[in-house]
Amino acid sequence: MAKELQAKIHASAFSVFYRDKQALHSVTLDIPERKVTAFIGPSGCGKSTFLRSINRMNDLVEGVRNEGRMIVDGTDVYDKSVDVVTLRRRIGMVFQKSIPFPKSIYENITYGMTLTERKTKAELDEIVESSLKRSALWEEVKDRLKNSALGLSGGQQQRLCIARAIAVNPDILLMDEPCSALDPISTGKVEELISELKDTYTIVLVTHNMQQAARVSDLTGFFLMGKLIEFDKTRTIFTSPAQKETEDYITGRFG
Amino acid sequence: MQTFTGHIPYSKKVLGFFAVMVALIATVAILGIIVGMIGDFIIEGGPNITGAFLTEFPRNSNTEGGIFPALIGTTFLVMIMTIMGVPIGTATAIYLSEFAKQDSVFARSVRFAVNTLAGVPSIVFGLFGVGFFVQFLGKGLDNATGSSSFGDGSLLWASATLAVLTLPVVIVSVEEALRAVPRELREASLALGATRWQTIVRVVLPNAVSGILTGSILAVGRGAGEVATILFVGVTYSAEQLPGSITDKFMHLGYHLYVLATQSPDVDKTLPLQYATTLVLLALTFTLNFSAIFVRSRLRRN
Ligand SMILES: Nc1ncnc2c1ncn2[C@@H]1O[C@H](COP(=O)(O)OP(=O)(O)OP(=O)(O)O)[C@@H](O)[C@H]1O
Ligand SMILES: [Mg+2]
Repeated sequence: MAKELQAKIHASAFSVFYRDKQALHSVTLDIPERKVTAFIGPSGCGKSTFLRSINRMNDLVEGVRNEGRMIVDGTDVYDKSVDVVTLRRRIGMVFQKSIPFPKSIYENITYGMTLTERKTKAELDEIVESSLKRSALWEEVKDRLKNSALGLSGGQQQRLCIARAIAVNPDILLMDEPCSALDPISTGKVEELISELKDTYTIVLVTHNMQQAARVSDLTGFFLMGKLIEFDKTRTIFTSPAQKETEDYITGRFG
Repeated sequence: MQTFTGHIPYSKKVLGFFAVMVALIATVAILGIIVGMIGDFIIEGGPNITGAFLTEFPRNSNTEGGIFPALIGTTFLVMIMTIMGVPIGTATAIYLSEFAKQDSVFARSVRFAVNTLAGVPSIVFGLFGVGFFVQFLGKGLDNATGSSSFGDGSLLWASATLAVLTLPVVIVSVEEALRAVPRELREASLALGATRWQTIVRVVLPNAVSGILTGSILAVGRGAGEVATILFVGVTYSAEQLPGSITDKFMHLGYHLYVLATQSPDVDKTLPLQYATTLVLLALTFTLNFSAIFVRSRLRRN
């Protein structure tokens, strides 16, 4: 499938072990550029593990081991020559539990930028404004940029975390259940945002909400017990899945 | 309707009653002892604490005058100890919490050493201070530089010895504070392309300030009251002058109290001085401990 699209991320026979326990079994797939790719599947099936393997956040887990290849823009991210820090700057990540730094809204956005470069106040101001605008938060916070980010609502905090991630100008955005702690209105805003951002970014989204996957994603992958059961256009997955397990899951007959 | 109203047998009720009584009596007894003791010191010592007592040198073989040099000596000692101990303790805690593989042999050995250190009697630290700091480091320095100022007990070596004594306190409380920083914050920082060090400096440490502060204050509190540790490494029972450099000997409140109570030609005559000195020492350590509790609760809430 999706042969016509340029693969941004290519996993080939990719497996992950937590000590002796295998969490991913030889996953192979192509994630196309500037599309939203969603991963669904029951709890513990390895969605987060796969996502966190793309920007090597899983390196932080003690006793983790990989097999196979994870290729981003033609480079195996687990190659010895790859600098993890640079890799992570190019791949933004938004977590389930949005957790802003206990700093001001402004400092949250500038955090990533100030890690490597010295930027002038004017440059910073500009990026803060543009990131907040792109994450649809500007109007709500423009008068209190110096206030603590912890004073924002849960939904605003999550959009701030998205703004924080896109402020460093990555080209891939990984989102691990970004809406699972949000109310329907905030969820709607974040979904809208995802749809807007996909013109610029390659977005990989893990979600437990199948309507959400159906609404926002172009491609959907279904994981079950560490295996990628099926990966296809979202419409195909939700209307005529090839695998029985997929059908059982999306029709709610499973897990 | 009967589910929640089971019948409790009489024997259990009696037993329960006695258990509560014993606990109550013990609590009251302990409170009584504390209140009585502190009350006694305040009543007997309070009136003797005057401006002159705090700012004068002792006179007449410590039977008259004030505690000024002991107060200053203790202050210097504690300050130098803090400057030496807190950074090393914090660095160790950072290593243990942020870098060490939790089940590595090295990390486990460091942890074991820290726990063991916490249980060693303070006099042993004193002997260690003589052996390691004065004899080994001090004499070694003297031989190497041709000076003669390091090979004897001094403010420097006493502070170093105390710093070693208080290391476990600092390490444990700072490590606890570092671990309390949510993993999500670290991950958010790393995911934005921060290095480990940047994450520690910009996110972890600012969030652990309360722990570092409490650790330091508790260490200072512990160090300020220690006498056995410094017995052989530089404390002196009388001084004509304040210490002029870190290689000088110094007077110390706790040791001064010991001298007043046992080494004076007329112990009875020094009784008011003993009470007053004790009160000053107590006030000092209590203040430090309470400020640690205060800082902790204040920063916890934020
Ligand atoms: N740090 C870890 N150490 C050991 N095992 C882990 C670790 N993280 C995940 N696992 C295991 O790997 C498997 C996959 O976990 P993962 O978190 O990727 O699932 P998930 O699909 O994201 O689940 P959820 O929907 O609940 O978030 C699970 O069996 C889990 O127990
Ligand atoms: Mg997950």
